[in-house]
Amino acid sequence: MIVVRDLRKHFGEVKAVDGVSFEARDGEITGLLGPNGAGKTTTLRMLYSLLPPDSGEIRIDGLDPTQDAMEIKRTLGVVPDGRGLYNRLTARENIRYYGDLHGLSRGDITQRIDELVETLDMGDIIDRRTEGFSQGQQVKVAIARAMVHRPQTVLLDEPSNGLDVMSTRALREYIRSLKTGGHSVVLSTHIMQEVAALCDRIVIIAKGKVAADGTASELLERSGRDTLEDAFVELIGSEEGLLM
Amino acid sequence: MNLRGLTTVLLKEAKENFRDRRAVFNSLLLGPILFPLMFIGIVWFTSSAEQERYEATLEIPVIGAENAPSLIRFLEQQGVSIEPPPEDPNALVLSQEKLVVVRIPDNFAENWERGEPAPVEVIADPSRQESQVTIRRVKALLAGYGQQIGMLRLQLRGIAPQLTSAILIRDVDLSTPKSRAILAMIFLPYVLMITAFTGGMHLAMDTTAGEKERRSLEPLLINPVARWQIMTGKLLTTMFFAMASLALTLVSFKLVLPLMPVGAFGIDLTITTAGLLKILLVIAPVAILAASLLTVLASFAKTYREAQSYSSLVVMIPLIPSMIFMINPVRPETWMMSIPLFSQNMLIGEIVRGESVPLSWYGLSFSSTLVIGLVLAVMAATLYNRPRLIFSNS
Repeated sequence: MIVVRDLRKHFGEVKAVDGVSFEARDGEITGLLGPNGAGKTTTLRMLYSLLPPDSGEIRIDGLDPTQDAMEIKRTLGVVPDGRGLYNRLTARENIRYYGDLHGLSRGDITQRIDELVETLDMGDIIDRRTEGFSQGQQVKVAIARAMVHRPQTVLLDEPSNGLDVMSTRALREYIRSLKTGGHSVVLSTHIMQEVAALCDRIVIIAKGKVAADGTASELLERSGRDTLEDAFVELIGSEEGLLM
Repeated sequence: MNLRGLTTVLLKEAKENFRDRRAVFNSLLLGPILFPLMFIGIVWFTSSAEQERYEATLEIPVIGAENAPSLIRFLEQQGVSIEPPPEDPNALVLSQEKLVVVRIPDNFAENWERGEPAPVEVIADPSRQESQVTIRRVKALLAGYGQQIGMLRLQLRGIAPQLTSAILIRDVDLSTPKSRAILAMIFLPYVLMITAFTGGMHLAMDTTAGEKERRSLEPLLINPVARWQIMTGKLLTTMFFAMASLALTLVSFKLVLPLMPVGAFGIDLTITTAGLLKILLVIAPVAILAASLLTVLASFAKTYREAQSYSSLVVMIPLIPSMIFMINPVRPETWMMSIPLFSQNMLIGEIVRGESVPLSWYGLSFSSTLVIGLVLAVMAATLYNRPRLIFSNS
């Protein structure tokens, strides 16, 4: 469970995040929707404690990233926008590296990789070097790497960037399974279809502020539009930087 | 303290870079193979070219040969091939068709008969390196002839020729075949300094700027491992590669040096295994300093290329002391041992000469360089505590 209250982060004159508040509950998928440059990635970076907020409050299962960074990192699984795999290592070695960094035992890592290979269907690529992997294959490895320590909270930054239709379907299926497993899932995206198809709660972010926040039907009602897409455009005030 | 994060990073970086042909080539092959080959090649080439010039038949055009028939006869007896006079000797020399032309002026015979020094002109361009040997040989022959005639003249007048040499100079040479080695190996400290820097250069850049460029630094830092452990793991891998590069370079020198054609000059180029280990120990803190300095610089860069442009400047640093010593050799003193790079230069020189060096010099050189290296290492380890340096796109 994530609680964010009045979060602010400025870079000089630029107010990247300017008063963001939202909640992400366990067993729910929360979508941060907004055009590129709206402040989604900066918000996520503050959540996973790489960036200290100027002001505001973050609690992840009661922990504060500015105080308990190490503890928070243990409970978080993060799939960043740039997948950041090591080309000269195999998929298995990439995942094992993160398992080691989390301090898991050898046996535990081996067992966990077997599980993830099964769930994410990557038996054919697990022992290949990740050099030359397709976007879909890269995302699978990045997810497996982020999930190796069984995190309760999962953050995904633009997870379907560059994926083909099949990979996107598989990804969505996997994200839904996380929800069923009781995880708290937060994903940031600028693709309207994605939040419409996946998210229980939608937080619309524009220019560093929360423009609207609620379930799909709540957002429809508030905007007075018939379709979610129209509602998003209405609430953000522009369709610039968004994708259908 | 739990150092599992540190060792995990170290092992992964080592594994990844051993698989990288560029890293293995730059760190482990280029220096150890290139430098010794380059050195042996240069020495072979220059010594064989010199020898050739010393042994080749002198073919000298002579103007006015008729003015000094006995001198010409002497030269021919010495194996010089006398060529007919050219029309324009200066042009011939300047165009490098001939290295040396000799002219015997018309007043040669006149002066000779009067017992005054008879002029002989050696026309050459000494600013051309390759003509030096020929000039020296021609002058030596002419001077030899002059001395021979001079002695005969004295004897004819009943004077012992020894009277003209009032002093006899004798060389008492205290250099040993071992100590003369440094003359041939003046480049060795310089090569080792460069290797200490280049050996770890690729890794310093790949593990910091490269990681940032591939966008894997951000997810790496989300793992529950202290940043100093991650950075120290990377730093240790870089130092390991630099040390491995140094060790391989030294071993390859040890293997190659006995093949050098210098035995004839009375130079002993063997490095004992103990000497080898001593050199490695002396230079170890330089590797630590270099790895830390390069890592600090590369951490500021956003891409591998950007890091490369900083690093290529850093590699100039080890040139400085070597250059200074080549131009202006100084006698080692204790206080100099506290200066990084300078002290190693001197110590390696002493080790190659086979001199015994006070233990305190080793200690001072080692510790002063290590302290500076460690200060830089601490800087490198804490640099990524600044969020601005982590993200590639903000």
